[in-house]
Amino acid sequence: MSGQQKFYWLMGGVVTLLLVASLVGSLLAARAGSEAARAVIANLNSRIRAWWVMVAIFAVAFLAGPIATLALFGAMSFFALREFVTLTPTRRADHVPLFLSFFVLIPLQYALIGCGWYGLFAILIPVYAFLILPAVAALAGDPEGFLERSAKIQWAVMVTVYCVSYTPALLLLRIPGYEGQDALLVFFLLLVTQMSDVLQYVFGKLFGRTLLAPTVSPSKTVEGLIGGGLAATAVGGAMYWITPFSPLEALAMSFVIVVMGFLGGLSLSAVKRSLGVKDWGAMIEGHGGMLDRVDSLSFAAPIFFHLTRYFL
Amino acid sequence: MRPLAAVLCGVMRTLVGAHARWQEPPSSAPSIYFANHTSHMDTLAIWAALGPRLRAHTRPVAARDYWDRGALRRHVARRVLNVVFVERHREGHEGDPLAPLAAALQEGSSLILFPEGTRGTGPLPGAFRSGLYNLAARFPQVRLVPVYLENMHRSMPKGTFVPIPVICTVRFGAPLARIAAETREAFLERARAAVVALA
Repeated sequence: MSGQQKFYWLMGGVVTLLLVASLVGSLLAARAGSEAARAVIANLNSRIRAWWVMVAIFAVAFLAGPIATLALFGAMSFFALREFVTLTPTRRADHVPLFLSFFVLIPLQYALIGCGWYGLFAILIPVYAFLILPAVAALAGDPEGFLERSAKIQWAVMVTVYCVSYTPALLLLRIPGYEGQDALLVFFLLLVTQMSDVLQYVFGKLFGRTLLAPTVSPSKTVEGLIGGGLAATAVGGAMYWITPFSPLEALAMSFVIVVMGFLGGLSLSAVKRSLGVKDWGAMIEGHGGMLDRVDSLSFAAPIFFHLTRYFL
Repeated sequence: MRPLAAVLCGVMRTLVGAHARWQEPPSSAPSIYFANHTSHMDTLAIWAALGPRLRAHTRPVAARDYWDRGALRRHVARRVLNVVFVERHREGHEGDPLAPLAAALQEGSSLILFPEGTRGTGPLPGAFRSGLYNLAARFPQVRLVPVYLENMHRSMPKGTFVPIPVICTVRFGAPLARIAAETREAFLERARAAVVALA
């Protein structure tokens, strides 16, 4: 099967899954009795509607080619960083560093992927930006909370730009025998992270009893994590045929993606609580903000990229 | 919508969101939207938040010394926003400074007004100047809608020339109640408090 054919099979599978989800959602909506149940089902159905839109946007970007895919992830970084900056207290002296982060770092980071300059892509933010952004802030001459302000901007840029950009960076990998199919590896990563989020939500709602970290994330449960995480690992293993991995390797990679995705969701939840909010924004109906959707991806993508690069 | 208007709205959505939150359902009856003022983008943010229907007959009040300068800015002010110019510096100008605003209200337009008269630096507005009081007294039927612009002072603070993307919600409050025989000071303080209450 060619890469193109695999892509259409995948899209067929995702659309079927969404059709089933929409059907189940409308059946549940008709049966919901109590006020609380109705609210949960209404949120579930807006999540499913948002999924249709997200899948459509990604399908178009994938079909349009690598430039469109890079532009899409660049836009995701932009909106995620906008959410992070909105909720993070900054001062007047941070204006230039923030401007550079949005309008220089984001285009540059994705342009480096576009022109295939791996060496600079990997260090642009953790080396150059991490030194230059605080220096620019220091030039503005405001020492008030300087360490905290620098750390916040660095962390924001790290998660929303550097880490997210590792997803389309999979297109950079030259894997022997897998030429022309790198886009499927992006699809694989997105599928496993998002299925893991969805299945942890579903298992949590159905069987969730024990709260995992109530002070950090009031909705995560042990049952949801184990049930959803194992199910998502199995889904990823079953998708080995779109990857350059053997079935067992695909299973192991999926497990790593699930674990990192969980840690990403948990860590960014902790950031949210420390900023005193429940959602990063309201951009994606039912899900919250852009960062609520890409939190798990931001932790899973760099590790998945480097493991793949090391082993293949 | 004309192309330039669509571009301006798109830029505002991308940079600051500029999504409206209405405490009471919006109405197309003649209104004065009065807001806190911290950045050069404030006019555009409210204009974008109003949406096409209300925007069609709403005219921002704009200082001539800023908005009537430079070819692009002047074009946007005159042809896209359809602003009402006011003179901030009174030297050499005769007559009633509020006359163009009164004329716009007379013909049924709504106005966007920044009663502080100048940009502030913090999240809360400074003292209001008396223009709002005088207009309110002359047009007792006009709705006085307080508006709070959240975060605009972070996106493009005074003294900076480029905006940074920060989500700025535009909060429209309930129209100010009319109180008979209220003094100028009491009215202006109540109007300011209505904006502060939305913060």
